[in-house]
Amino acid sequence: MSIESLKCKECGTSFELGANYFCENCFGPLEVSYDLSELDATEAKRRIQAGSQGIWRYADFLPFEGRPGDPLEPGLTPLLRADRLAEALDLDAEVWIKNDAANPTHSFKDRVVAVAVAKARELGFETVACASTGNLANAVAAHAAAAGLDSYVFVPANLEEQKLLATGVYGTNLVGVRGNYDDVNRLCTQLAETRPWAFVNVNLRPYYAEGSKTLAYETAEQLGWELPDRVVCPIASGSLFTKLGRGFQEWLDLGLLSGEMPTFNGAQALGCSPVATAFAEGWDVCRPQKPDTIAKSLAIGDPADGPYAVEQARRSGGAIDSVTDEEIRAGIRLLAETTGIFTETAGGVTVGVLKKLAERGDVGDGERVVVYLTGEGLKTLDATRDTFQMHEIDPSLDSFEAEFRQEVAV
Amino acid sequence: MSVTVKIPTQLRAATGGDAEVEVEGSTVGEVLDAVFDAHGGLRERITQDGDLRRFVNVYVSGEDIRFQQGLETQIDDGAEVTILPAVAGG
Repeated sequence: MSIESLKCKECGTSFELGANYFCENCFGPLEVSYDLSELDATEAKRRIQAGSQGIWRYADFLPFEGRPGDPLEPGLTPLLRADRLAEALDLDAEVWIKNDAANPTHSFKDRVVAVAVAKARELGFETVACASTGNLANAVAAHAAAAGLDSYVFVPANLEEQKLLATGVYGTNLVGVRGNYDDVNRLCTQLAETRPWAFVNVNLRPYYAEGSKTLAYETAEQLGWELPDRVVCPIASGSLFTKLGRGFQEWLDLGLLSGEMPTFNGAQALGCSPVATAFAEGWDVCRPQKPDTIAKSLAIGDPADGPYAVEQARRSGGAIDSVTDEEIRAGIRLLAETTGIFTETAGGVTVGVLKKLAERGDVGDGERVVVYLTGEGLKTLDATRDTFQMHEIDPSLDSFEAEFRQEVAV
Repeated sequence: MSVTVKIPTQLRAATGGDAEVEVEGSTVGEVLDAVFDAHGGLRERITQDGDLRRFVNVYVSGEDIRFQQGLETQIDDGAEVTILPAVAGG
């Protein structure tokens, strides 16, 4: 596939390929447009299967003039059957977990950042930057370090300590902004006009966002070149959610996959649920919110791709639901206790919504459901604090037996 | 009331290259109308059927007008109005 232009998703106007992200005619977001006509499905499949053990195996579908490179290649994360989770939810369905914490900086953001950093180098940038809720900060700092680029990472100053530590370690310029993510994002949008930097999720966003398609490609490939019936995916800006759709659709169009597009279920935290609200109210815009949730990685009150996420959920017969902080904590525990996977708060949101779908009877018998876990539990440890108790004993058999008298009595 | 309106780089062709426009107005709606009167090419890009397009964000002194009274938001003398694309982030 060859990269053709940047095209406005709203009015269709085409623009030259460069560090540009919105349409000067209508302010709509720009998306990379490709020329599919020369690509042969059989050849493409062979190149994928003979490719690297990471996202560059899908280079034919990524926005580069040449072959992309990245010293910290993410991707090919595990897709695991979660039968015990299905059983716990009383589901007679095939539930799969796509564990994208198994990436270099432990979140799906490595995918989009690998693409953005490779593109920044192709375009000749020497400094990369981002507005982040945490996971992106980790990824930008790490990939910039690996590529030898300077980086500036802007985050809300009150972020989880684990995410700050896991960013600063890479030697980036870490900037804590006194405000919420939407304030950080506005500042970066303004800075992108004055600094000669590649802001991965501002002026490089059309390329960056394409990296999320690799999650769709991997899912299909790991399912034996088949589509899932349903996906459950967290929504912050809505970019990952919509790009999963684009990834599946491209492979359907090319003939690499057959069948129907999956049903798309989006997951938000109730304390920051502009997209779920727009879905429920039948709006085609998202009314912004001031986030108040433990799921900080999803705390985007003004989601750029919100309207497209709503459209995709509706078109596929799916939904966008939200869960409380209590349900998020319970979701983290449920997943850990049934799969052995410790996910971050965003994963708690996703599992919480899966539980909601199960209780509502939305998941049909025999359905193949893929649940996307985008981050690592060790980055949001506070969410598990006080959800269990440790047994403290003296180093003696008596002390152990006194503590566990009931359990060990035979 | 005199208000400074900041224009994104990509739209500066419509303002003759100016990054800022000084206009009079007491609400966001009046201020934007004054900007459009001065630079006709901007009206269609920023609004549709009298409302802001869905990917346009307008801030008064850093606060999104959707958390205030939208186009009816009152503006103090010397305030700064910023127009930005809503398609960044995430």
